[in-house]
Amino acid sequence: MNRAPAALEFDRVSRRYGAVRAVDEVSLTIAPGEFVALVGASGSGKSTLLKTVNRLVVPDSGRVLFEGEDTASLPLTALRRKLGYVFQGIGLFPHMTVGENIAIGPRLAGERLAPERIARLLELVELEPGMAARLPEALSGGQRQRVGVARALAGEPHLLLMDEPFGALDPVTRAALGNTVRELHDRLALTTVMVTHDMAEALLLASRVLVMDGGRIVADEVPHALLAGRGGPVAQELVAVPRDQAGRLARMTGEGTA
Amino acid sequence: MSDFWTLLLGLGDELAAHVLLSAAAIGLGIAIALPLAVWAGRSETVARVALGFASLVQTIPALALLALFFPILLSLRAVFGEGLPTLGFLPALLALALYALLPILRNAVTAQANLDPGVIEAADGVGMSAWQKLRLVEAPLAAPFVMAGIRTAAVWTIGAATLSTTIGQQSLGDPIFAGLQTQNWALVLAGCLASAGLALSADLLLGLIERGFARRRRALWLGGMVTVLLGIAAALAAQFAPALRGEARDTVVIGAKSFSEQYVLARLIGQRLERAGYAVEYRDGLGSAVVHSAVTTGAIDVAIDYTGTLWTNQMGREDNPGREAMYEAIVAWKRDTSEARVLGRLGFENAYAFAMREDRARELGVRTLADLARVAPRLTVGGDPEFFERPEWVAAREAYGLDFARQRNFSPTFMYNALRSGGADVISAYTSDGRIAADRLVVLEDPREALPSYDALILLGPEAQADPRLVAALRPLLGAIDVEAMREANFAVDREANKLSPAAAARELARAIGL
Repeated sequence: MNRAPAALEFDRVSRRYGAVRAVDEVSLTIAPGEFVALVGASGSGKSTLLKTVNRLVVPDSGRVLFEGEDTASLPLTALRRKLGYVFQGIGLFPHMTVGENIAIGPRLAGERLAPERIARLLELVELEPGMAARLPEALSGGQRQRVGVARALAGEPHLLLMDEPFGALDPVTRAALGNTVRELHDRLALTTVMVTHDMAEALLLASRVLVMDGGRIVADEVPHALLAGRGGPVAQELVAVPRDQAGRLARMTGEGTA
Repeated sequence: MSDFWTLLLGLGDELAAHVLLSAAAIGLGIAIALPLAVWAGRSETVARVALGFASLVQTIPALALLALFFPILLSLRAVFGEGLPTLGFLPALLALALYALLPILRNAVTAQANLDPGVIEAADGVGMSAWQKLRLVEAPLAAPFVMAGIRTAAVWTIGAATLSTTIGQQSLGDPIFAGLQTQNWALVLAGCLASAGLALSADLLLGLIERGFARRRRALWLGGMVTVLLGIAAALAAQFAPALRGEARDTVVIGAKSFSEQYVLARLIGQRLERAGYAVEYRDGLGSAVVHSAVTTGAIDVAIDYTGTLWTNQMGREDNPGREAMYEAIVAWKRDTSEARVLGRLGFENAYAFAMREDRARELGVRTLADLARVAPRLTVGGDPEFFERPEWVAAREAYGLDFARQRNFSPTFMYNALRSGGADVISAYTSDGRIAADRLVVLEDPREALPSYDALILLGPEAQADPRLVAALRPLLGAIDVEAMREANFAVDREANKLSPAAAARELARAIGL
């Protein structure tokens, strides 16, 4: 096994809501540089598991280790500032400019982010540096989530957490932003954990796909292993959807040209 | 018309006092409501209790809320000492601040509850502490809604502040109450216009700040705030500049209840004291119970009261020992139970009585209440709504066996009209009422002394009664005012045409009685 410390490690992490076991004794190790997709149906526990990392959800039992340190022992605000987090609802502060939104993490840590750095972050997510002065309401949905990604990267995190980051976007924007994120992951040598309910997205972007069901991880495979039929029935049920769609589209294309 | 403008422009002091009172009340309201709203945003129970309390306060009429603070502060003297003011600025401030609470609190709580949960999660997610989240996210996003609440509170407070006149705080209510009482509509209008104008200006400026917050335009909200602060600073300067220039002298505070005679007598006393070198302040339009407590505690220095009022309302007596015995008992009671003193009687009575048109009385051969009882079954008696509930009515009815054909309620003004037009044959009246002379009415004699006496007397507060110079200045008034002179002075203020101000009527009265 790899001797380098894990980027992220879950050690028998559980979280219940009443009688529901949202996360049930999950143990998992993620190595530096991995792009992990957490896939599952609604209510499978994937978002809850992700939120235990930055303690937006506190586990009932078990530990989460970030670069070898127990997250429970780190001061909460300091922990969150070390993690890049992209929200499902985008969550830009509507009363702050794009530039102020991007600079908020460093500002909380008492640093002022230079305008050049903000411009550079905007370029990273393929936006005009001139957008820094605008308010979020003047941006399209896709542009807003690009700003959301730039904000997550502003503190130069090693770990990027994304909770259904493209859920609110139209398919074209979604595909484009997915590619941008994958490129950034490689270029900045990030470790990325992305929650999604879209298996196609997971297979295309991630280097490792985890399938959750009933609070447990039921499959842990690389994309081509899942496509080759491994990972068990729940995973295969999820893989069947895009495969079936792709097959039908291919047949339609064939019929059209025949 | 130019007179009206003179009136309006003469309201500078009242306007300044009104601005300061309203601003202080709104400021205090904000200072209580905002922390409470933040707390309420974190606890369902606090939200329920705080909003419930604020709503409850809102159901109390403003006038009652203001009056309630007098006994509350009086009882708090046990804790804070005798120096705690029970009238004037402090109770007005507290009552109005309570009144301002609800709109600010409700808007602030609603604004917090309606914040986008995604934005709040993002604030936590980027690592904000609770304080940073409040300062950087919650407060700026809630600001336009909170400002809208403050705006509503400001308009309410400025309106309700006119009522603080009744507890002895100078405000734009002074001209309104004085005008209502003396039927000087120009004065009422001037007071209403000034307070409405103030409310509209405040609404406009606060609206500017609200829009500035909503559109995130710094120039707009900063400009609005600076203008508001300049207005408050101007009012402060107007109120306190004379004192700073060393013009403050020993000020004597003279209280007056809310009717013409009290306004006139307060001016008569004030004019004498000014001639003796005192600075004088008037607290007009005070409630009857408030006047007595205020002079007893020294919140005001001089007041005119009436023997019958003190006897029943303050001493809680129901018997009628006769005019002299009642007066002697009251003098002794004040001397034994307080530091305040009865200086003496002015010479006239303002008692309940029955009045008839002179010609009608002659025609029926009625001079006394005993005569009236004989013809009463053919007559209609008119009274103000309060009269038929009062012990005076019961006493007279029983002493003389009065049994009228009909009994009708009128407002005081219409009562006299009814007598003139034949709508009533006999009415309840106050003996010093100016309309008795003007309408050629006779006051029926009361040979059995069934109606208690209401001798007008001067009450002096603890400090005033110990000041020989002040006592000497007022002593010539004792026994000097007969009921005809008082009626004439009252009528000069009450009549429709050629109306005099209370101050002018007081000067006329002084001349008439040779002082």
